[in-house]
Amino acid sequence: MSTSTTTDSAARARDLLGVSGLTNRALAAWLHGLPGVDQVGCEARAAGLKTRSIKTDSKRWAIDLAISMIDLTTLEGADTPGKVRGLATRALVPDPSDPSTPSPAAVCVYGDMVAVAKETLGESGIGVAAVATAFPSGRASLEVKLADTREAVAAGADEIDMVIDRGAFLAGDYLTVYDQIVAVKDACTRADGSAARLKVIMETGELVTYDNVRRASWLSMLAGGDFIKTSTGKISPAATLPVTVVMLEAVRDWHALIGEMVGVKPAGGIRTSKDAISFLVAVHEIAGEDWLDNTWFRFGASSLLNDLILQRQRMSLGVYSGADYIADDAPSAY
Amino acid sequence: MRKTYKLFIGGAFPRSESGRSYEVYAAAGRSGKRAFLANAAKASRKDARNAVVAARKAVGGWAGATAYNRGQVLYRVAEVMESRRDQLVAEVRTAEGLSPARAGAVVDAAIDRWVWYAGWSDKIAQITGNLNPVAGPYFNISAPEPTGVVAVLAPQDSSLLGLVSVVAPVIVTGNACVVVSSESMPLPAITLAECLATSDVPGGVVNILTGDAAEMAPWLASHLDVNGIDLTGAADLDWAAFEAAAADNLKRVRRPGPEDLAAAPELTRMTAWLETKTVWHPKGR
Repeated sequence: MSTSTTTDSAARARDLLGVSGLTNRALAAWLHGLPGVDQVGCEARAAGLKTRSIKTDSKRWAIDLAISMIDLTTLEGADTPGKVRGLATRALVPDPSDPSTPSPAAVCVYGDMVAVAKETLGESGIGVAAVATAFPSGRASLEVKLADTREAVAAGADEIDMVIDRGAFLAGDYLTVYDQIVAVKDACTRADGSAARLKVIMETGELVTYDNVRRASWLSMLAGGDFIKTSTGKISPAATLPVTVVMLEAVRDWHALIGEMVGVKPAGGIRTSKDAISFLVAVHEIAGEDWLDNTWFRFGASSLLNDLILQRQRMSLGVYSGADYIADDAPSAY
Repeated sequence: MRKTYKLFIGGAFPRSESGRSYEVYAAAGRSGKRAFLANAAKASRKDARNAVVAARKAVGGWAGATAYNRGQVLYRVAEVMESRRDQLVAEVRTAEGLSPARAGAVVDAAIDRWVWYAGWSDKIAQITGNLNPVAGPYFNISAPEPTGVVAVLAPQDSSLLGLVSVVAPVIVTGNACVVVSSESMPLPAITLAECLATSDVPGGVVNILTGDAAEMAPWLASHLDVNGIDLTGAADLDWAAFEAAAADNLKRVRRPGPEDLAAAPELTRMTAWLETKTVWHPKGR
């Protein structure tokens, strides 16, 4: 994975748009030149993907894959160090009754909790993702957003989940959105030259139309986002399957055009194993098998892990399991 | 109109997730023929699983309601049953092949039984609880608490009175239940579900599944999120195997046995689904 510098990505963007200078007008022309999304067709496709029957061995495989793709998340005003430690411990040992259970990909917390999560996770290989840039609204000056990002990166965050400026996007000021993503991407660079992976949250619930989702996806990829992410989880609707279908099409087309893979992360509202498996079906059918890996696809979720573990236990024990047999999701705050 | 009745899960009336249904016939008439009555949903193990989830969701609020409130809600159910008495009588009559007078008596007995159990909601603690004498300046109080989610296999041969006799004692103390109704006589159970849905019983406190008990019982018996199982309707099944499966998470089990449903009930059907909590409290001066 290359960490493109600001100049590289600007040159590439100019190249792609066929312009000598990156202006809002050029961006708007490019984004509005993308084919429109057939809303009815897209929703019908998503509904069709939901009906696939995944059973026995495939289901077992899908459940383990889904667990390994989770960004185990707590983003509450009431988060305490104890709660974050509890969540990180949960990520280390998702099911104490079955050590073969895979771990989630990362723990996702606010920037000030990165150090706490990092300390608990140690060298386990489980990443720490931090939301930054005045999450969830993104209503702050660029300086504040960048400081927020740098702080999280300095504290050891492996991944940064930024929010785009939806106000600017909806007002048609695509250049501001682009510039902010580029600046945040730059702020993800660590002192040693390596960089935290950048997930760009588009908050699809506030973008309203699928056309906007497609435009925001392309804009985020153009600006160098390593991941495009549906939502903050604070707005409903959050990660719906049709929205994710549109985004998967975007990363597929981007890959065909540029030859570079971008990840997708639906977040918020995915609670059951059945939901998660239908998302995996969509990944396989639309983006392709290469994306069926936690480097390129993630679930932002908190309660999904419980349901996946219940299903996993059901398949290994042969009986239905219950909440009493999985680790407490909300351990004591102390 | 030829109807296809649905299940009752979480306060809603869904079809079976399996999409299956089965034909329901009246009791054999004088000619020996059995008239077609309606179709009923044939619940699957996954419907049973969904019902357990609904019951688990409901049990906190229902157990947390005051005993007085639960009693009032259950009285209301009896009122709704009474207002639909004609329908219940007709269904019991065709299902069980009774005379109109006999069917009327059975329905009245069922309503009376519901009222009888409703009355116990704020009285059972006086009978099963206790102020224990201890060697110290403490109150030591034992009080009954609901066990949680109870799976109930309703009697196969008593479509309404049998059903009421097994459901009411489970929920009056604050449990939630998943009931598998009589397979051949499910219509009175569905009407009872409609009575429950139109009274103030919170969705999920009673979940009624129609279909083959033999298909669902093993899954309910082994389900780790079920706290008790009433095997009353499993006399003709391999209930010993269900009891063995239930042991895994120490479910409370009530075995099938000879029982005169027409006789006045005892407290045992309520006390079977109660836990005892004992608390110490300083007496002060």
